[in-house]
Order: sequence, then C-alpha cells, then structure tokens
Amino acid sequence: MHELALSRSIRDTALAHADGRSVLCVEVTVGALRQVVPRSLEFYFEVLSRGTACEGARLQLRLAPARLRCECGQEWELREPAFRCPLCAGAAVTVLSGEELTVDSIEVEEETCTAAR
Amino acid sequence: MHRSKVRVATDVLDANDTIARANRADFDRAGVRVINLMSAPGAGKTALLERVLMDGIGEVRVGVLEGDVQGSLDAERLSALHVPVTQINTDPGFGGECHLDANMVRSALGAIALDELDLLVIENVGNLVCPAEFRVGEDRRAMVSSVTEGEDKPLKYPLMFRACELVLVNKIDLLAHLDFSLERFLANLDQVNPGVRHMLVSARTGEGVDGFARWLVDAA
Repeated sequence: MHELALSRSIRDTALAHADGRSVLCVEVTVGALRQVVPRSLEFYFEVLSRGTACEGARLQLRLAPARLRCECGQEWELREPAFRCPLCAGAAVTVLSGEELTVDSIEVEEETCTAAR
Repeated sequence: MHRSKVRVATDVLDANDTIARANRADFDRAGVRVINLMSAPGAGKTALLERVLMDGIGEVRVGVLEGDVQGSLDAERLSALHVPVTQINTDPGFGGECHLDANMVRSALGAIALDELDLLVIENVGNLVCPAEFRVGEDRRAMVSSVTEGEDKPLKYPLMFRACELVLVNKIDLLAHLDFSLERFLANLDQVNPGVRHMLVSARTGEGVDGFARWLVDAA
C-alpha cells in the first residue's frame, strides 16, 4: 500500500513542473523489479489529484522490463526472481533496467496568447 | 489552448531520498551509525533486539527508534532494558502508513540524543514490501525472516531480500517441529540475492545471537 505515498509524490512532482498550468497526462516509468502495483498507483493518483491542477490527468505508465548482464557477457530478461547468471551461475550480475521509478514527463495545457501584438 | 510536453525526469522517491541524505548527514555529524531493521510482522525484530541488548554489545552505546503503525508496546519492552527508545507512530489518526519514510525519521530526530549514541537501530514497521522502497538515512540494512514464514519468502518478496546485506533467519529452535526446509530457503535466498550474508538465530533460546551482536559492534 506504499503506492499511496508514491502517488502523492508523483502528483507533487507533476504539480511542481506544471507551474500552475492544467496537467493532462503524467508519464511514469515503473521497473519490473519495483514492487509497485500499477492499478493501485492509478487509483490513488486519481483520488489524490482531485482539487489540484492534476485533476482528471491520465497517468501513463510505462513498464520497464528487468534486464541483467553477467560479467561473463550473458544478457537476459528476468522473468522470475533468479539473479544468478543462467549461463555460468555467477553472482557478479548488473541490473541494466527494471529498477526505474521516475516521472518522465508531463503534458500540460497552455493558454494561447491572445494579447495584441 | 494547446498542449505541450514538459520534460521532468525525476525519480519518484527523489523528495524522500533528499531528506534521507539530510538524516544521514546529521547521523554522520554526531558519529552515529544507523541500522534499518526490517521484517514481516511477528518475525521477531523486537525479540531479537531484546535478546541482543539484554546481553549488551560491549562498549557500544545503542539507541532504538521504534516504528509502529500504532501503540508503544515494543518501545515499552525495549525501555525495560534501559536503552534509550524513541517511538514513531505512522498513524496520524486512522489508518497509518505501512512503512517508515525519511521524513518520519527526521521528525523524530529532535527526540533522540544522538551525541550520546554510537549506534541507532531503526526498527521499521513490520512489512515485507513497502519499507524496502524507502531509504531513511541508514548506513546498513538488515532483515529478519523467521522459519515459520516458509521457505518461499525470498521468491515472493525479492525487493526486500535484495535490499538487505544481512538476513537473520530467526526461530530456528522451531525447526524440528516444522516442514520448513532450511536448505531450500537458503537456495531461494541465494537465487534472489546471491552471496548475501545470513545468520541462523533464535531470539527465544539465544542461539546464534552472539553473531548478530558482533555484526552490530562492527557496524558501530
């Protein structure tokens, strides 16, 4: 249920960058190695956005697969939590992706300037 | 009206991590090393601390920051050992957070005499998921996994088991009464966090607890 705290942080990050403009969409990357439930994030985000410039904004989640590389050169996508190299059984393994949890960008509504030139 | 895209590229936990670094700077200034101790509810964090603090850990001056959703039962148990204990409740009224975050720890710092400590053990809220995501300013992370929880837990909660550098396997006095396969548990642990250090302990009988005490002394 820490998705509540994460959603609050996503909302606050979006609001800080929106600078008063209305937010239409928030793009977030969630790595497969994070124990984050996407549907919970969406639910809390919707609730927490009410009454703010994020109200009604779409939370666009991009899921980043877990990719690992062993020092033996083997690279693979992790589908179950087995972090030893499937080729050499080594433990000197680097996580290439899957640990991300970032707000990548937001889409905002700009007031078109109608002032006289 | 038109739409425009604003690049953000900010870690969701950025605000938490900034406060965690401030906590860490305060701990460093006071010369205090900090352990973040995590586990599922009922794995035996408090019992292990009681056992290890009862016997003392040499000259090391230890304090405990006790995180609970509600109440101060654990803090009262530890206070009985004449150790300075500070309680944080994550419950602001009804329904508390399931983990400690850096800001909760920061709000408690004023109540802790850091200058009188060498080591602060932060006993996190019992939970195998959420605490692993939130740094609080600690130097080291350890967890307790008890044999009554089953040998599959590393596979089910890989983030927690990967976040820690020490896994205390507790309640080994019960092994004879359980179907728990220690061999399978350790194999699962090795799959999830290859080469991670573990210790077999029983808070009840005291078996293996001296190893944990030495680890704490080394950490201080």
